Amino acid sequence: MFLLSLLCGVPLVAALILLAVKDNGTRKVIVKLAAALTMILALVSAWTFYREPVFTFKLAGAVSEFVLAGDVVLCLIIMYLSCRSGRFWIALLALVQTGLMLWMETTTGSTLQVTNDILIDHLAVIMMVIVGVIGSLITIYALGYMEDFQRLEPDIEDRRPYFFFVMFLFLAAMFGLVLSNNLLNMYLCWEITSVTSFLLIGYTRTGEATHNAYRALWMNLLGGLCFAIAIVYLRLRFDTVELDQLLRLGLASFNVTLPVALLVFAGLTKAAQMPFSSWLLGAMVAPTPTSALLHSSTMVKAGVFLIIKLSPLLGDNEAGLLAMFVGGVTFLFASFAAISQSNGKKVLAYSTISNLGLIVCCAGIGTFEAVWTATMLVIFHAVAKSLMFLTVGTAEHHVGSRDIESFDGLFNEMRTLAVCMAIGICGMFLAPFGMLISKWAAMKAVIDAGHPFLMLVLVFGSSATFFFWTKWLGKITAIVPGRKNLEADVHADEWLAMKTLAVLTIVVCILFPWISSAVVVPYLQNVYHEVVEVIGQENLIIMSSMVVLLVILPLLSFGRGHKKLVQTNLSGENLGDDLHYRGAMDVDVPVTLRNMYLENWFGEARMSLAGGALCLACIILEFAQLLGGVAHV
Amino acid sequence: MSFMKKSPWVIHYDGSSCNGCDIEVLACLTPLYDIERFGIVNTGNPKHADIFLVTGAVNAQNVPVVRQIYSQMPEPKVVVAVGACAASGGVFHDCYNIIGGVDKAIPVDVYVPGCAARPQAIIDGVVQGLAVLEAKRKLLAEGKLEELEQKDQLPPLPPQTHVKEDQA
Amino acid sequence: MSELMNNLLFGIAYLILAPVVGGLLAGCDRIITARMQRRVGPPLLQPFYDVLKLTEKQEIAVNLIQDFYVGGFLLFVMISGIFFFTRGDILLVVFTLTLASVCLIVAAYSSNSPYSQIGAERELIQTMSYEPMLLMVAIGFYLATGTFSLSEIMHGHAAGIIFLPGVFLGLVYILGIKFRKSPFDLAMSHHAHQELIKGTVTEFSGKTLAMVEVAHWYENIFLLGFVYLFFVWSAGWSILLGLLACAVVFFFEILVDNCCSRIKWQALLKSTWLVSLVAGFINLLILMYMR
Repeated sequence: MFLLSLLCGVPLVAALILLAVKDNGTRKVIVKLAAALTMILALVSAWTFYREPVFTFKLAGAVSEFVLAGDVVLCLIIMYLSCRSGRFWIALLALVQTGLMLWMETTTGSTLQVTNDILIDHLAVIMMVIVGVIGSLITIYALGYMEDFQRLEPDIEDRRPYFFFVMFLFLAAMFGLVLSNNLLNMYLCWEITSVTSFLLIGYTRTGEATHNAYRALWMNLLGGLCFAIAIVYLRLRFDTVELDQLLRLGLASFNVTLPVALLVFAGLTKAAQMPFSSWLLGAMVAPTPTSALLHSSTMVKAGVFLIIKLSPLLGDNEAGLLAMFVGGVTFLFASFAAISQSNGKKVLAYSTISNLGLIVCCAGIGTFEAVWTATMLVIFHAVAKSLMFLTVGTAEHHVGSRDIESFDGLFNEMRTLAVCMAIGICGMFLAPFGMLISKWAAMKAVIDAGHPFLMLVLVFGSSATFFFWTKWLGKITAIVPGRKNLEADVHADEWLAMKTLAVLTIVVCILFPWISSAVVVPYLQNVYHEVVEVIGQENLIIMSSMVVLLVILPLLSFGRGHKKLVQTNLSGENLGDDLHYRGAMDVDVPVTLRNMYLENWFGEARMSLAGGALCLACIILEFAQLLGGVAHV
Repeated sequence: MSFMKKSPWVIHYDGSSCNGCDIEVLACLTPLYDIERFGIVNTGNPKHADIFLVTGAVNAQNVPVVRQIYSQMPEPKVVVAVGACAASGGVFHDCYNIIGGVDKAIPVDVYVPGCAARPQAIIDGVVQGLAVLEAKRKLLAEGKLEELEQKDQLPPLPPQTHVKEDQA
Repeated sequence: MSELMNNLLFGIAYLILAPVVGGLLAGCDRIITARMQRRVGPPLLQPFYDVLKLTEKQEIAVNLIQDFYVGGFLLFVMISGIFFFTRGDILLVVFTLTLASVCLIVAAYSSNSPYSQIGAERELIQTMSYEPMLLMVAIGFYLATGTFSLSEIMHGHAAGIIFLPGVFLGLVYILGIKFRKSPFDLAMSHHAHQELIKGTVTEFSGKTLAMVEVAHWYENIFLLGFVYLFFVWSAGWSILLGLLACAVVFFFEILVDNCCSRIKWQALLKSTWLVSLVAGFINLLILMYMR
């Protein structure tokens, strides 16, 4: 337990210290120290709790009052911020949910008996490692990044102490979230992550940033409201606020579909599923470490974490269908929309949304195979996507744009970075790498569960992901002559984070048969009391040896050879540098190569309209059915 | 055993031909002459080609183009000049822009006479080019790449052209 | 153990025989095409002459890296063929094939030449078009036989075609893309001189180009293997039926090749997805509800 309090406490203390430290050098030391400590603590506690399938713990009674006070303080902060900007309805949202909690606490009093405040199963261990390792790497990266960020954007006020304060605060909240079994505690952490996200999106204080930040806030608060309603419902009807109790009730065929659906809805908003995906897209205005940490690898994972936890109760009921279809539709349409984007961060945002959609969809199916897939996807996505964000962030600072089209010749300008980026892209979608394996399993799970339309969504969605990732990969691997090396002044902190993540991506891909059998399967065995072989072990090993092959091959033969180098074919009019040709009237015309974006087919507006409408219809339909059912009973 | 003679791939470039020879070159591909019988394929890509068919004389505009296409072809390579104009400039020889036969721009191995050259003659020219091709392949196989490249070196640029230095 | 030996033998046989058979098929293709155009056509062994000639050429390249990617293409096509002929998992085959095509596309991108890049992009669109259908083929077999394992699929009680006529139609449709036949030869063409010069392979020459050719032979063989799958079951003579079906499909693709002109990518994407949806998906839908 001491370990756990350290785990949450170290980031918290670090956050407070960082708020006070104004000096850049001192901050660097503290951030690195805190990051290293957090990582070590996360790994140590992961190892400690890994050895028993489920660890439970009851906190002292005083904590619950503390939590309640935290809710109120948070509510006041939100109300203050939203009233100040004239968005009273956001304040209202916060007021309603905190009011609900307070009302519940005061009317039902202290009759509540909580057995386990903290529950650590293998899923929580996975999340703990993800948050600990990736989170601390990203904070280190942020040191170098923010330095360049402030230098390149002198108009933006330097609020780095505040930035790092919020980042570490978020880490603490995230640890709290994944450890909680008591929904009241989880709710507080949930709200803290919403607020930290809001604060970081609005970091630059430009009009656009503020607007997007408030949008993220209200969407997340809407989810928070549903979370609160679910808690109150559970409390009043079943007299419990514990997640494992909820699972037990559901498995004992009590009718808990409504609170589960509400919690799923909260998860959907947090995981930026359509029609709430716009907040994540807007969140891309935040400095890149924020996007990497909150909006791809961890905070949005809180949403899917909750849904995965609930997955034994999902399946062929309203809550399950809600998750399945919203997730599936989001996966398809977000993948399509990503095709039409050339802004690197936006592509990443869409691909994050679509991957989260796939995870939600799998969790919604709720079978052993599906949840296996969902969990694997969480791991792979966290590693590869954070790597992608970091590389795009660094590229943006050195190339001067985050547009994928301007990454032309990145392989010549920033070779190491391009290799890291390529590893990230391969990790995201390529065959022996993780994501595709998970898609394979997803396909199997969907068919076994008998959902033809989800199958359709999967096959078309995965071909869309293939399209936009490969064209990006092609762009950065193109060999463009005559480029300067721009890599020299990338901060060592940034390299540390990116290289470690690149290595991690490969390691995770190679070790994933082991990850599956050592962590994921035991977790599922504990939940489902059975073991299903999702993908045959020998196929897993074949896959991981293919990754090994892919790593070794470039080392052996990449760029070796003694061929005579010639110019590219420009129909005999190449002016000698491969970059210009002689055009009509003897004019030198530069060669420019652009990718296809199929705007008329997969335009953003069209895709988000179609996806949003479908998802909204689905949400309304399922809730109508649920509430109708409740009314009947 | 060598396969060079069994699969000569051709690239065809129209210098400043009156299109008479071009049509005859294309006629070779038609069912009547069917040069694919000899494994000949019209590739249109210098990097894939073994034989460079040039029709028409070279002029000030296209000298660099002809030279560049030629230099982008991998060894062994053979140039066949098709028709009277390609050989010497033909009826256009004293036009203001005409530099002369193809051999003013690149080394030529086989000349096919005729105005326009008949398909039979063109096929015959290509087949004669095969012997040259085979000889060059032997040189390459013996590792005498430098000697070969020496042989296939571009002649100095004709004086009338205004080509930028780095282009050819 | 004998099962394993058997599979290994099949794998080795594939590695050695596939280029031979693939090359012969390509030769047949060229002769049949010629005859359809009332020409005599090249000798049967012409594709081998071409590839062997390419190995005799001087080695040139626009950069030293593209060979690596092309090598990857060949390697992963071979690997996915091995998975197929050692009767591994059908999804593994499809995904490894995807990896191979990524290698080819990246190879084309890496040369940074307009022709090969446009070829690469069209190749991407082609891949995006056919991939759903290819996955549906795998899923169709899973629904029909309850397994993704090829050895079990081949020893089913009845031929797959009985359950999967729509999926088969879809497969035949996308095979046109995979064989690079008109009207789907947008990215690169075996026919001379198209608007993209040679599209994807414009900047490859000599041995590199030969590798691409050989990879295509490998690829064609195991794509025909997919056709074969639809017609075999536990009965021994069904092997003949399978081979016959392969021959018929191959001939059909050549016929279509000679009857059609190239279409635009819009039409390609639209039509392929439509066929996948109508023929493939409806077939699967029925199977799913039959289960």
